Amino acid sequence: MKAILALIIVAAGVAAFVYVLAKRMAPLFRAAQGPQLDRIGERLFALYHFPHHRMPRPGYETIGYTHITIILSLVALSIHVLMLIYSGFTGLEMPGTEWTIGVVYSVIADIALTVLLAACIFAAVRRGYARPARYEVPEKYGKDKSRPMAILLISVLGAIALLDMIFLGSAAAAAQAAGETYRYILPLTGTWFAAFIMSGLSASAAGTVNTLVYFILLIGIFVFINLVPFDRLFHMLTGPATVFFKKLDKGSVKPVQWGVDDEKVADLESFGVKTFEDFTWKHILDFYSCADCGRCSEHCPANAVGRPLSPRFISLKGRNYAFSHYPLKGPMVKGEPLIGGIYEEDEIWSCTTCGACEEECPVTIEYIDKIVDLRRGMVDEGMVPQSLQKPLNALGKRGNPWGKMEKKRAEWTKDLPEDVKIKDLSGGDTAETLYFVDSITSYDDRMADLARATTTVLSAAGTDAGILGKNEKDSANEVRRFGEEMLFQELRNHNTDMILESGATNIVTSDPHALNALKKDYKDMPPVEHISEFTLRQLKSNAIAFKPLDDSEKDKIYTFHDPCYLGRHNEIYDAPREVMDAIPGLKRVDMDRCRDRSFCCGGGGLMLFYEPEEEQRMGVLRVEMAKEAGATVIVTGCPFCLVNMEDAIKVAGLEGQMEAIDLSELIARQVQKG
Amino acid sequence: MEILVCVKRVPDTSENEIEVNSDGTDIERDDLVYSVNEWDNYAVEEAIQIKDKVGGSVTVVTVGDEESEEVLRREMAMGADNGILLEDDAFEGSDGKGIAAILKAAVEKGNYDLILTGAQADDGAAQVGGMLAAMLDLPYASLVNFIDVSDDKKLKVGREIEGGNQEMNEIELPCVLSIQTGINEPRYVGIRGIRKVASVEIPTHGASDLGLGADAVGAGAAKVKRLDYFVPELGEGAEMLEGSTEEKVAKLIELLKAKGGIK
Repeated sequence: MKAILALIIVAAGVAAFVYVLAKRMAPLFRAAQGPQLDRIGERLFALYHFPHHRMPRPGYETIGYTHITIILSLVALSIHVLMLIYSGFTGLEMPGTEWTIGVVYSVIADIALTVLLAACIFAAVRRGYARPARYEVPEKYGKDKSRPMAILLISVLGAIALLDMIFLGSAAAAAQAAGETYRYILPLTGTWFAAFIMSGLSASAAGTVNTLVYFILLIGIFVFINLVPFDRLFHMLTGPATVFFKKLDKGSVKPVQWGVDDEKVADLESFGVKTFEDFTWKHILDFYSCADCGRCSEHCPANAVGRPLSPRFISLKGRNYAFSHYPLKGPMVKGEPLIGGIYEEDEIWSCTTCGACEEECPVTIEYIDKIVDLRRGMVDEGMVPQSLQKPLNALGKRGNPWGKMEKKRAEWTKDLPEDVKIKDLSGGDTAETLYFVDSITSYDDRMADLARATTTVLSAAGTDAGILGKNEKDSANEVRRFGEEMLFQELRNHNTDMILESGATNIVTSDPHALNALKKDYKDMPPVEHISEFTLRQLKSNAIAFKPLDDSEKDKIYTFHDPCYLGRHNEIYDAPREVMDAIPGLKRVDMDRCRDRSFCCGGGGLMLFYEPEEEQRMGVLRVEMAKEAGATVIVTGCPFCLVNMEDAIKVAGLEGQMEAIDLSELIARQVQKG
Repeated sequence: MEILVCVKRVPDTSENEIEVNSDGTDIERDDLVYSVNEWDNYAVEEAIQIKDKVGGSVTVVTVGDEESEEVLRREMAMGADNGILLEDDAFEGSDGKGIAAILKAAVEKGNYDLILTGAQADDGAAQVGGMLAAMLDLPYASLVNFIDVSDDKKLKVGREIEGGNQEMNEIELPCVLSIQTGINEPRYVGIRGIRKVASVEIPTHGASDLGLGADAVGAGAAKVKRLDYFVPELGEGAEMLEGSTEEKVAKLIELLKAKGGIK
């Protein structure tokens, strides 16, 4: 009788779960091709590495370790749960305790249950009282259902742990009352307390409690399992898959369509993501894996300045779309446009692709690739803001977003210091090192200082260096990331030919956007270095040295602002700091948000042209962060950062108190031959 | 609704440094990049939007040479259904009236309900639209910044008038409208879009196809002739303010007050 009842509950629970899961998987099979299963070793390492590194990142230690505790308890209890369910069919005695190993495992399970209950109580209480801003639901997304749902889900789990203790305790109490020996129970565990409380019961009373609790517990377990594919609990199942299939190369962008070569994408019928089914199955899996922790949006600079973008809701809206358009009952609804539906144009253009969200996400959800894919779809449909159309057209015609003449690309060399020279390779000359200048540093009056500074450094190190001159076109890092893939390919192919023709054996650049494009988007390139890496190498080989800071500079406090495409996307954090620290007399502090937590300056490349809806500028927030750190000089390693910082200092009214300088300029100022 | 939009390939003013050549007959054209005239692009977008609402087709036409084809293709990538290139050596040197005469002949070869032109061209004189309407004996509205299709006989058109004021008119079809920028937000045309229409056939009509005699078009028929091109000499009166931003602002306010600009 008991066995039949247990069988019914198990069968119903499993059937419901399989049914819902099958429905949830349906959109994945209609989705676009996803990443290939390659580099298994790295993927397995990611699966091990990311969860426990990401969950307790600074600021999230308490809840991070609580969550890790819950995961470990659940892993420890997985066999126990199977044994528990199985016991219903064999007379409600937990199997396996006749062997020592069974007893040992039972003790481990007792500890795990106790820890799990404590962790659940802590988490539920915390969610009730702690109200960090990252959990808030903006008004436009309706009532906050996130908090009650979080408390409910964690309470269900805690209740199951508690019931399990009562189940085990009542079995012990029944055995004790019947004068039988029971397996060893570790004192002070939940099971021990339960057994202790019920120790006065008669054998039959304890047995009845045991049977009753078994069925409640069994139902509870299957209720919990069936809650998994409905809300954030889904990450328990899909989270590991999301981590396993994550993008392994930071800074790169997914191809337009997996499995289709760059040369063939022009023939594709449609481009990018326009409807939900245009997302890859991996990206739909991402939506399912969102645990609604809000860390992405907490670190998103666009969100911080009031742009209409919150990465958290990119995921949640995606998940809600999947659930509502692939309902458990009734037909699925396919092919509704996403832009104007669940996403807005400005929302998708607001992203600077800084990568802060992806750096924080504990389940490594990818946002940049989704944003880029959505932009590809918008570009294909002609939905591009006027502010971006001009620079895109100019990039197509002239190879730079301002539409300046190609022949003026090397004009900055005219104002080089007298003893500093660089070859212009557009005339057929060759050089060992190629300095890839890129558009803003070539054409912008102020940023051309960076080109001259970089050339000064190259020259001081005695490098045989040259530039492509009029043959260089924009590296197109942002052209690709703003969704204009075909234009990107044109520019990349042109630059690739020119670079390979130049015969250079290595490339140096002062623009991290160029660095990233050359390293991640171009193929068969010679090694590429940022000027900070080049300088550090020259310092170490004593080819150059630094003279001490002038007395007028000695009271200043320097801070390094990590550019997104140098730091997060290319993990070059130490080289610029080591270079700065090598300057005698330089005092350096780090901002609170530095290195992989750096805060975007406002965006580079085409983002300079976009006119976002925002309450304030990212750069202003950043300058204020520098001030808070006690710095008086912000050192950037990127021309776009410098543009934004110089503007922000003025907007923040900090002229005279704060200055901005590029690392290349600082190096050029201090450099002398070694 | 059958819509014809007249477009022109012009040197892109934002992407060129325009210089007058040494003998003052033309601008230096060696390093120029060209694009579709901005006003014309708005006109094509408007035509496509009208077509999307009420049906019909959009044809783009240009007077030019082989290179003008790129402009037609760009506008076809945007959504125009057909392109027509009007090309003939006899057309060279036409003045505004000559161009209008060529376009008139092209209009008469088709059966259009609505003809749109840009209000002006970057390198033009804002004359062709009006002349074309007069030659066709059709109603005309210039500087149009709003179009609403009332029915298949009439349009409601808004015009920008002095002082930022707006005027609303009803106009009978068929008619000619010259379109002002800002009437819409033209869609983006990517390289992919242009490649998709790269092999579409574009018919070319010469003078004889259009039934035009040499006396009506070309340099010979032109009654307006360009005499000179030059850069005006720099005048006196400009003053560069120097100092920090605050100092410059203070000086500017002082100057504006002194000259009565602000009180």
